[in-house]
Amino acid sequence: MKKVVIVGGGTGGTITANILARKVSREAEITLISNTPQHIYQPGFLYRALGEIIDESEIIREERKLVNKRVKLVIDEAVKIDIQNRMVDLMSGKKLEYDYLVISTGSRIVPEEVPGYEVSYHFYSLEGARKLHEALERFKEGVVAVGIGGIPYKCPPAPAEFCCLLDYYFTKRGIRDKVEIHYLSPLPRTFPHEAVAEAITEMMEKKGIHWHPMFNIESVDPEKKIVNSLEGESLRFDLLVMVPPHRGAEVVEKSGIGVDGGWIPVDKYTLQYKDYSEVYAIGDATNLPVSKSGAAAHFEGKIVADRITSEITGHEPRAKYDGRVLCFCDAGFRKAIYMDFNYENPPKKPRFSYIWYLGKQLVNRFYWSLILSGLV
Amino acid sequence: MSSGEYKVDKVVDARGSHCPGPLMELIKAIKNVQVGQVVAVYSTDSGSKTDIPLWVKKAGHELIGVYDRGGYTEFIVKKTH
Repeated sequence: MKKVVIVGGGTGGTITANILARKVSREAEITLISNTPQHIYQPGFLYRALGEIIDESEIIREERKLVNKRVKLVIDEAVKIDIQNRMVDLMSGKKLEYDYLVISTGSRIVPEEVPGYEVSYHFYSLEGARKLHEALERFKEGVVAVGIGGIPYKCPPAPAEFCCLLDYYFTKRGIRDKVEIHYLSPLPRTFPHEAVAEAITEMMEKKGIHWHPMFNIESVDPEKKIVNSLEGESLRFDLLVMVPPHRGAEVVEKSGIGVDGGWIPVDKYTLQYKDYSEVYAIGDATNLPVSKSGAAAHFEGKIVADRITSEITGHEPRAKYDGRVLCFCDAGFRKAIYMDFNYENPPKKPRFSYIWYLGKQLVNRFYWSLILSGLV
Repeated sequence: MSSGEYKVDKVVDARGSHCPGPLMELIKAIKNVQVGQVVAVYSTDSGSKTDIPLWVKKAGHELIGVYDRGGYTEFIVKKTH
């Protein structure tokens, strides 16, 4: 029996494990290591912060119930990945040997890397989303600034999306005229790709959202409530929502396989780590120039499962990741945009529509079944 | 590695990146290199020709050169502070 070890039970790791269980469970033992028995749907954080989700059971499930029965699920923390000796050490003291390794350890937030971060809020963890919700509920008037404390970060459109949803939130509360919303864009435009930026800028202007080009947050003055950019500008705020800086998983950094903040360098097509053809990395954990998002982890997980299946069944692995990412971006008032692009095909200028809003709701609903199973 | 007459300390291959895009990859790279080091960014994004020079100027770094490499553009940036 070949041994496949998958480290990390998020979107990418769970999909990879479930596909491999269906395809090669007779030929291989598939072990999925997760550091938590719970699986959390992270796009739900934004809605938790805005109070559209209060019942957290909508975004939390037991990982065991989401994983194929033929997958050996181990709830433990990986503390060392020994590429040379093909071994993963766990906090419990267990050591797992592998023939194939998939690293899907995601990213972690490190807000403390920004001086003065203590007065900021975020929606990049469940706890962060709860606190932000409380702060928003207390907020009566003033300036809300939404900015980015470090690059890379998960889901690049999320801060712009959050600004649009804040407009919706304050409108519903009847205090929109008392609130200024400021989006601090790290780029000269509102979104990385020009065509999409055009649509988002039009939407922001329509909603009266102020946006500041090239404002990468460097520090916060907690006393004066001023946020400073590394480009030399400042803005006073009453409420600061700051996307925290991200780093790769601690196990990646400690094992010496990450670069520039703990991101694993992989081939952009095969997703293999350097010269170790038996080692793959997917999702947020990689240093690929694609969005750190569930969609990227989803598509990459399918490619890696296909490649490992080929190897185990004696075929040449041919599946290659084409850089595909898709995303729905909710603008509030039941309108959203949809983008689908890959390395070769950039996104087109999207249209805000109710159809894409429904699309986003469908993805939220079918995430637990169709997506995590790897069937789509 | 060198690009023309300049020694490049870090190469960022952002070809095919539409989100987060080449400029965000450059900002990330600049954060991770030392003052005085040089970063090369490869981009296939047409917007890079505008936004990379704009950001480099505003952030106070030095744009050493922009080269058409046939199918992609190479930007050479020096971290100055």
